[in-house]
Amino acid sequence: MNIDFTEEELAFREEVRQFFRNEMPASVRDKVARGCWPDREDHVAYQQALYEKGWAGVNWPVEYGGTGWSAAQRYIFYNEAAAADAPRIIPFGLAMVGPVIYTFGNDEQKARFLPDILASRVWWCQGYSEPNAGSDLAGLKTRAVRDGAHYIVNGSKTWTTLGHYADWIFCLVRTDDSGKKQEGISFLLIDMTSPGVTVKPIITLDGRHEVNEVFFEDVRVPVENLVGEEGKGWTYAKVLLTHERTNIAGVAPSKRRLARLKALLADPPAGVPSLRENAVFMARLVETEIELTSLEYTELRVLSAVATGKAPGPESSILKIKGTEIQQALDELWLEAAGIYAMPFVPEQYQAGFEGESIGPHFAPSMAPLYYNNRKVTIYGGTNEIQKNIIAKQVLGF
Amino acid sequence: MDFSLNDIQQMLQDSASRFVRNDYGFASRRAIVESAAGYSAAHWQTYAELGWLALPFPEEVGGMGGSLSDLMVLQTELGRGLIVEPYLATVVMAGNLINRHAAAGQKQALLEALISGEQLFSFAGFEAAAQHDIRLISTTAGADGDGYRLNGHKAVVIGAGLGGKLVVVARTGGRPGDAGGLSLFLLDEDAEGVSLQGYTTNDGLRAADVRLSDVLVGPEALLGDAGTAAPAINAMLNDAIVALSAEAVGVMETLLSRTVEFCKVRKQFGVPIGSFQVLQHRMADMFMECEQARSMLYYATIAVAGGCDADVAASRLKVRIGKAARLVGQQAIQLHGGMGVTDELDVGHYFKRLTMINTQLGSRDAHLHRLVQLQSVA
Repeated sequence: MNIDFTEEELAFREEVRQFFRNEMPASVRDKVARGCWPDREDHVAYQQALYEKGWAGVNWPVEYGGTGWSAAQRYIFYNEAAAADAPRIIPFGLAMVGPVIYTFGNDEQKARFLPDILASRVWWCQGYSEPNAGSDLAGLKTRAVRDGAHYIVNGSKTWTTLGHYADWIFCLVRTDDSGKKQEGISFLLIDMTSPGVTVKPIITLDGRHEVNEVFFEDVRVPVENLVGEEGKGWTYAKVLLTHERTNIAGVAPSKRRLARLKALLADPPAGVPSLRENAVFMARLVETEIELTSLEYTELRVLSAVATGKAPGPESSILKIKGTEIQQALDELWLEAAGIYAMPFVPEQYQAGFEGESIGPHFAPSMAPLYYNNRKVTIYGGTNEIQKNIIAKQVLGF
Repeated sequence: MDFSLNDIQQMLQDSASRFVRNDYGFASRRAIVESAAGYSAAHWQTYAELGWLALPFPEEVGGMGGSLSDLMVLQTELGRGLIVEPYLATVVMAGNLINRHAAAGQKQALLEALISGEQLFSFAGFEAAAQHDIRLISTTAGADGDGYRLNGHKAVVIGAGLGGKLVVVARTGGRPGDAGGLSLFLLDEDAEGVSLQGYTTNDGLRAADVRLSDVLVGPEALLGDAGTAAPAINAMLNDAIVALSAEAVGVMETLLSRTVEFCKVRKQFGVPIGSFQVLQHRMADMFMECEQARSMLYYATIAVAGGCDADVAASRLKVRIGKAARLVGQQAIQLHGGMGVTDELDVGHYFKRLTMINTQLGSRDAHLHRLVQLQSVA
């Protein structure tokens, strides 16, 4: 039993570190480090830097332009990325629709869509949830009716993250409602500039515009935009959901946030409460750190199984639940560290180029909005309650 | 990076699991706990024959040179059987300490006797005022002629009273609070001035409070150098926390599978109670605690074996195990309903062991407090 990296893996880690030192746009890193939200251009700039390096398709096979990295290499990459204050890779194109297209799409679709996804030339968003289809996703009602060479799409999607940036949307649509609800669902790619597509913002608790509603009114979609077979969309969606098991826990970013918090406590700037003398707070911090270490080793167990050619064990099913619980525990610790300056709502302080006088310690007023925003993590991607249903069914055999 | 079992570990796991299945059923365990001896001398010989008593010791003293992860694998299986023989006390604690600290000339004979199964040992270190913090030990060993005179009271010495030898921690120097000045002495349980008040613990182990009143020993009773035992004791305790936690993982995984099986067959309202979502989610929580505990065990085993931040790793492990043990143990009882609180069913006995494991070698709260202190001064 060991967690040692091989010589090759250590050399790889050095290469990754150099990339983040030299080739990640500095302005993007500064924003992330200061707690600002990167905008569309920042994400594209970062992802195109990855693309130039040949690293955009972290989990893609080589034949489609991916890295072909091992599980250990991906682990190293994500850790170094978080440590270097890289933004997250927007998952909708590179981690979601890309793998669906190269797995289930035809040659024409691969040639048409994959290069732009890899190069982040086209921004994708995800059309899954609907106002009446959340946890019961298979109950979705957005309808696609065949009309010659087109589907006519009517309905609406919701919680569409960064849909206002998107050029294309991949959708689960209903093409048949005669049988089991899972069986009449198809996977359709829709150009957001098509007539009849409307995007309406949803403002979340932190005051931000991150998610949207997307409406489809008699939208004509060419039949060649159907991925795979009609009625098999549910199967493809499930493959997509389990595609990226290793990164879902967010261990690397959580480690970064915890390290930053400890650095803050070791040398608190003016206005930050001296929490190192507060044993109650420190006990919470220590227990969160222990939980994170446990989860990191759970993730390493999954990676090690994959690396030795075995299927991930049942421990992989806990990654989403535990990972998001830890993210929210960190939100609470940071909120406490903000002290009295958790209260002011001053979003302009976190805009790029802000040059006014900071209210309170610079980070402090952003902590409550972040806490509010991150309540989403135990809800999205299948709520944690749905995840427990899955454990009960698939692991415990109920 | 590799978490799979190697050949030796696979062999250990198979042999221990076979032994527990074939020779350590719940009824026979009960008979052992209720016997006058309180452990099975016959099983102890089997452990010797299977090489378990030799496992962690170096080859030059007749050991197998096994690693801490080998020990972890064995202990997890022994946990599934709720083994009451003093393996932790004799091999993991006293034997470990002899190996780390005794002089070369002393080591050979003592460990050979241990490995062959003819001699039991126990670790008489902890005290009432000190609890599990060895720096606070107050038992004294003053110079007397060319030997020593020991006075003190050792609390809850697990495995004492079985006719073995005591490895006693006493001060030849310093005062309570000092890490320096601690020494190790080897005493017979029936030596003059040694009195044992024996009892059974809540979870069926034999133990004793040991009083030392003007116990006079010669210089040969001192193990290793005087006054310098603290680092060895500390390292031994880190190993012991890993081994004890491995046992806890075996206990917890057994409780989870017992609970899942029970909820599939127990019917109320005309259906198996496991069909209720509120119970399914409770079992999902138990499952997650078991997995996180196992992951933490791997982390700490690697860290302690590698000597990398071993004290912190051991404390972190004990905190995580304590948390998991509380949830898994309590919910196993709750989901078994009335049957869970009977003496008849084995589930309650796993729960009792798990509860005592939290106390043994320092509780979750005690280790959490230690970690907070380390963080605050870091």
